[in-house]
Amino acid sequence: MLKTISKMAVCGAVAIGALASTAHAADEYKLGLVTFLSGGAAGPFGVPAKNGADLLIDALNAGTMPAPYNKVGINGVKIAPVYVDEAGGATKQVSEYRNLVERQGVNGVVGYISSGDCLAVPGVAEEMKKVTVLFDCGTPRVFEEANYKYVFRTASTATMDNVGAARYIAEKVNGLNMVSGINQNYSFGHDSWTDFTTSLEKIKKGVDVSTKQFPKIYAGQYGAEVSALMVNPSSVIHSSFWGGDMEAFLLQGSARGLFEDQKVLLTCGESALYKFADNFPEGAIVGARGPNGIYAPKSELNDWFQKEYKARFGTEPTYPVYHMVQAIMGLKLATEKAAEKDGSIPTDEAVAAAFEYLEYDSPAGKIVMSSGNGHQAVQEMVFGQVSKVDGKLVMKDVVRYAPSCVNPPNGVKAADWIASGFKGAVCN
Amino acid sequence: MMTKNRIYLLILAVAMIFAGLVMPYWFSFLVTVALAKGLVVLGLVILMRAGLVSFGQGLYYCAGAYAVGAFSDYFKTDNLLLLLLVAIVCALVISSIVGLLLSRYRDIFFAMFSMAFSMILYGILVKSAALGSSDGFNVVSPTFFGWTVHASGGNMLTYWAAIVLAFLVGAVIWRYFKSPMGMAGEAIRENEIRVEYLGISVQKVIYIKYIIAAVLASLGGAITAMTVGHIDPEMAYWTTSGEFVFIALMAGTGHVAAPLVGAIIFELLRTFAFQVSPYTWQMILGIALLAIIIFLPNGLWSLKEKLMKGAKS
Amino acid sequence: MNLALAVLVDGVVYSSWLFLIAAGLTLIYGVMKILNMAHGSFYAIGAYAGASLIGVYFAGGNPPWASYLLLIGAALVSGLIIGLLIERGFLRFMYGRDEVVMILVTYGILLILEDTIKLLWGVDPYFAYQPYTLLGRTKMYGLSFANYDFMLIAVTALVALVLWWSLNRTRAGKILQSVIHDREMAGALGVNVTKIFTITFVIGAFLGAFAGALTAPGISVVPGIGIEVIILAFAVVVIGGLGSVGGAFVGALIVGLSRALSVHLYPDGELFVIYGVMGLVLAFRPQGLFAIAGARKI
Repeated sequence: MLKTISKMAVCGAVAIGALASTAHAADEYKLGLVTFLSGGAAGPFGVPAKNGADLLIDALNAGTMPAPYNKVGINGVKIAPVYVDEAGGATKQVSEYRNLVERQGVNGVVGYISSGDCLAVPGVAEEMKKVTVLFDCGTPRVFEEANYKYVFRTASTATMDNVGAARYIAEKVNGLNMVSGINQNYSFGHDSWTDFTTSLEKIKKGVDVSTKQFPKIYAGQYGAEVSALMVNPSSVIHSSFWGGDMEAFLLQGSARGLFEDQKVLLTCGESALYKFADNFPEGAIVGARGPNGIYAPKSELNDWFQKEYKARFGTEPTYPVYHMVQAIMGLKLATEKAAEKDGSIPTDEAVAAAFEYLEYDSPAGKIVMSSGNGHQAVQEMVFGQVSKVDGKLVMKDVVRYAPSCVNPPNGVKAADWIASGFKGAVCN
Repeated sequence: MMTKNRIYLLILAVAMIFAGLVMPYWFSFLVTVALAKGLVVLGLVILMRAGLVSFGQGLYYCAGAYAVGAFSDYFKTDNLLLLLLVAIVCALVISSIVGLLLSRYRDIFFAMFSMAFSMILYGILVKSAALGSSDGFNVVSPTFFGWTVHASGGNMLTYWAAIVLAFLVGAVIWRYFKSPMGMAGEAIRENEIRVEYLGISVQKVIYIKYIIAAVLASLGGAITAMTVGHIDPEMAYWTTSGEFVFIALMAGTGHVAAPLVGAIIFELLRTFAFQVSPYTWQMILGIALLAIIIFLPNGLWSLKEKLMKGAKS
Repeated sequence: MNLALAVLVDGVVYSSWLFLIAAGLTLIYGVMKILNMAHGSFYAIGAYAGASLIGVYFAGGNPPWASYLLLIGAALVSGLIIGLLIERGFLRFMYGRDEVVMILVTYGILLILEDTIKLLWGVDPYFAYQPYTLLGRTKMYGLSFANYDFMLIAVTALVALVLWWSLNRTRAGKILQSVIHDREMAGALGVNVTKIFTITFVIGAFLGAFAGALTAPGISVVPGIGIEVIILAFAVVVIGGLGSVGGAFVGALIVGLSRALSVHLYPDGELFVIYGVMGLVLAFRPQGLFAIAGARKI
């Protein structure tokens, strides 16, 4: 008797629980946000991105953003962020993604800095039919290896960082006959170096590689590598270093005078440019993974954004922040385009359909979702050199490369495109 | 043959299989990944009962996963049984060679040497652009000769495979522990020299245990690969192996079910720590671990015995 | 010619760094038989303490030469506090437990400390580069080296000397060695083993923090630097023989020079070097190079 009652009680509780979890009212838009909150990537990328998200969500919920983003929240529904730490590896992230969608019942997901996670999560996103916006990761493989309906990436891939870098040094560095490289020993480091060298081969003949170093990620101690770069000098040292590794390398290299005879090219340099400006050598070639931060085109939206961010967080926004806000903005616009009336949250299918081939304005300029069959954004690439004028940081010799000059056309794999000599590229 | 305990276990297995159809998929996913880890930890427990702590089970966990991924990609197959077989064969080949060297070592040196091998695999995979370097690559969802069931938003096949494997393997290893070679493990841990004097080749016993542990780890890796749908070299990193040791010590070596249950509890702990405090989940995990060590020195399994003693009295 | 010089200098600089980190770890293991996984956190705490103090110091516009003393001071204070806190507050209740359980305990402490560091100092990077750049550089055979790195070598040599001398030539050191060799016997002869444990742990923590504080000026102090360092320290300690400070010295030298060779001659193999060296040493001398001989019970 007691057993039967307890069994029914358990069943009842489960039923109520199930009902309760599914009955999320349309009085808030739950936005899943996945970014690094611990580990070495938190400082340069994860936490600034989170700050950007917080800033944008607060402004959206208060309706204080400039048009066309002045509708409150998303389509009039206030946004409630749910943060997940991206640490722990791809297996953990796939598991956490499922939790976000099933257990927490989010309406949409914006996230993922690590390329490994960006490759693992889309499969699950498609299975669960949930609109997911990848905001920062660089690997072009996401939309090269599969087609997705619900997954989007609102920032360019890292291909353009290195194609643009090769173009820039070919035109701006005199007497270029030798390059060397120091990149972290993982996919992003290897891919960056490969894209850079294969592009350079196609753009300028006769440039050799004097040495290529691949220290372990987070190594921090580069004494031997700096010596190797000195023993094998070149015109340009290519590096896709970021975070603590980049800062340590700059410190250790500068202290030993490495950058007095050799130019350093930092494709991810902007992420530490404002806080660490004193330690960037004069003439360092810096990339911001797109028209972000100091390279952002002038606009009312960018002015508002930079002012608000600096006022709240005390420092200029770097490229991860730009990537995050343009992702949320894209999601907002797509959702509002798909919505039939104010205050409702449309289905994922409708939002996905509206997001394809979307074009919109962001603090980084125009975002055009023209690649990956309408799922992958294409942006221009910008490079410049560090110089200090009256103690202030000023970028000189800034060159902008049109999106079609440094990104492969829709449907073409990045590696194939470079190997073909950039077939179909339109440069200004 | 069919004792009361065995009937209960069979009912439990069947119940879990059917529960998968009604449970939310995030839970069956969690259980699947946890049981896969539990298999690896079970292999670790076999070695620990012989006094050897392996900090390199990640080697086989990763090798099994990559064997499944590469094979299914290259031969365009998604047959569950075939892929599991591939994982087993891969583990047998590698462990029969590596085990010859490792079975000569004990204590911390066994631990460090086993870790060195798993880090070598990590290095090889990171260097291999064909295998996706540190980003890894995606693995197909498996079918059982073309048949599979989707329920609650996910592929049920791997969940069922995990349960069947867990119970089957658990039963086999339970029987193994009662066999002379299984019991030899504890004898070796206590006093190796006496075991030699009794005429048993210690090295052969350890060699075989090492191979068994490798096969178990490989099966765990295969299931993980097919469930998560993605693999990367991180599976061979020393922190992954450390996690297995963590679960083994937390759950205790008392019984075959301990690692399996312990793995599920660990996954639940971790996912809730993540949710409760995305900023300080490591601290919560550390405190939970220390609490278990202080209050349950023989692992979580001793909790079951304490409760049963309490119930009896 | 300058290649050989580069390999030699780079190797010795890296070795000094490794030895400073590994010394504390091997000392704690030798005396207490605890493989302290939280040693990486001591390193990180020393680095953060040093970097933040230096940052505040230079912001106040103070004379630069005192910053070096400040680094040592930061290491002393942080090492003392964290060492005493952990040993007296927690570890002493765990003595007598199985060695492997102690590893798990220190792992739990590591997890807690990692997040504590994050709570105290945040995730932003800390820079303290002034002491590093202040000493200038030396040009030799076409290569420039930072004088700070040479100072690091000198400091390491000093630390090694002090450790060797105190372990072998002082009474307190001999007592410590007796505890390393046979704890029970030493206790039976009247040595206050508990006090030795506390002192050893605090010294080990100080050495770890000291390594961190000295490294801080040359790097950017970010979350996670402790974890990266643990595995290096372990490998060096295992190669040299657990518990032997002299072994750690030789082990650090071997690993440092091998790595420098690899970076200059075969950069692709850099990841494997440390594990390859460890494997090679263990294959020929399973207890490590200078392991303390222990009697085997039958």
